[in-house]
Amino acid sequence: MQTFDLEAQGLRALNSTLHAQAANTNQTHWEIVNPKGSHAIAVGLDAPIEINIKGSTGYYCAGMNKQATVNVHGSVGPGTAENMMSGMVVVEGDASQYAGATGHGGTLVIKGNASSRCGISMKGIDIIVHGNIGHMSAFMAQSGNLVVCGDAGEALGDSLYEARIFVRGSVKSLGADCIEKEMRPEHIAILEELLERGGCDAKASEFKRYGSARQLYNFNIDNAY
Amino acid sequence: MCGIVGLFLKDATLEPQLGDMLTDMLITMTDRGPDSAGIAIYGDESKGNARLTVQSNTPNVDFAKLDSDLSERVQGKVSITLKDTHAVITLQADQVASAREILSEIRPDVRVMSHGSTLEIYKEVGLPKNVADRFDVRKMSGTHGIGHTRMATESAVTTMGAHPFNTGIDQCLVHNGSLSNHNSLRRKLRRLGVHIETENDTEVGAAYLTWKMQTGSTLGEALTSSLDDLDGFFTFVVGTKDGFGVVRDPIACKPAVMAETDQYVAFGSEYRALVNLPGIEDAKVWEPEPATVYFWSHNAAPTAQEKAA
Repeated sequence: MQTFDLEAQGLRALNSTLHAQAANTNQTHWEIVNPKGSHAIAVGLDAPIEINIKGSTGYYCAGMNKQATVNVHGSVGPGTAENMMSGMVVVEGDASQYAGATGHGGTLVIKGNASSRCGISMKGIDIIVHGNIGHMSAFMAQSGNLVVCGDAGEALGDSLYEARIFVRGSVKSLGADCIEKEMRPEHIAILEELLERGGCDAKASEFKRYGSARQLYNFNIDNAY
Repeated sequence: MCGIVGLFLKDATLEPQLGDMLTDMLITMTDRGPDSAGIAIYGDESKGNARLTVQSNTPNVDFAKLDSDLSERVQGKVSITLKDTHAVITLQADQVASAREILSEIRPDVRVMSHGSTLEIYKEVGLPKNVADRFDVRKMSGTHGIGHTRMATESAVTTMGAHPFNTGIDQCLVHNGSLSNHNSLRRKLRRLGVHIETENDTEVGAAYLTWKMQTGSTLGEALTSSLDDLDGFFTFVVGTKDGFGVVRDPIACKPAVMAETDQYVAFGSEYRALVNLPGIEDAKVWEPEPATVYFWSHNAAPTAQEKAA
């Protein structure tokens, strides 16, 4: 295992070292110590390596991730795993605003709570939150799954396209064009796999499913040219 | 962007280190606001006395013999402590009103930064580190304090545009965000006779809170009504003689992190600002909820009151 002291060696050295890891690298395990809330830790990775960050991070941790597994042993700041393409990011603590925003693929697991705008404009990422999520989550979400074991804040799924949202607890309010939908056997199967992947101790049958009513401008054929 | 830091001590043994801890937190937030910086610090009280922190661009001229000139006019004891472009005038609490009138007459270029019994506000244009050095903030002790690093968006980079703003006796406000209805609100408040000096949006927010409290609201009520009357983005941190409070607008896009231990409650725009506080590894760390007024006081239990939507 490689250990990297972020405070001593600096962010640029960290990210360029991680970017230099090829697909067949032998240095597959990395531990980052002294993150101290720094921004942009382990962004833009593109190798099947595992990173363990020992502490809390600032903005944009593990953004644009491909292939890599990033575990954060603490809480994360705004924009964590933003625009992730593939791989896995696991946060032991809480996540600030817009976690997993615009993510195209991969899995983001948040073991604490996520705050506002979680999964905003998500495009295929799977986001699994053990706790609660804040307001305007999954705003304009296009594809992928958002699983919330706790409660959801105001305006959940506003202007939603085709993403699936599963919530176990209460929803403070639904956003425009977001409705509760029937939980069919295929959804139970999808959710069971997601809960297992996210390490959640919850039963799929306890969740409700929310999705797009497909009534907004872009969905209405009469609006077409 | 802007950076905010705040520290409210529960453990009195940390009081001599307040200025030092706040300075480190402030310097960490330089990236968020390199234009100007300011700090409000709540120190010792001397019974029956009040403090005016004042500023001048020509301190050598304006502060020369200011104590004796003021003392003669108010017919009371006046002492003065100089700190770079600022000075702290100590005088009898019941003579403050007349002293301020006299001050504007005999030293028209001197600006009052704060008025209180324990509060002092220091703020200037420049990097946070340089501003903290100029006023020797590291050596200050106190019970609680608030700091701000500014990246101006709504008005000019000037001393008077820097934060914190004094909103009433021993009260101050710092702001991260931008208010979009400050012009109309400024006109409204000026019509009601409220003095607003600059074109700065936060000064209007501060004047609004002052006006609410002068017309019968408590600080908590004033903060709650600000959620209806102020349009725009804001994370506010307010200081009072015995506590500090936090409120974020309902959209809450301006960042905020809080930490609490048995020794302190701390606020930072980012977690980075808190990482060197004692015992932070085991602190309760959380993001304050939108549209919720939080308050900690040395004289009462902490409160978190969510405004009904």
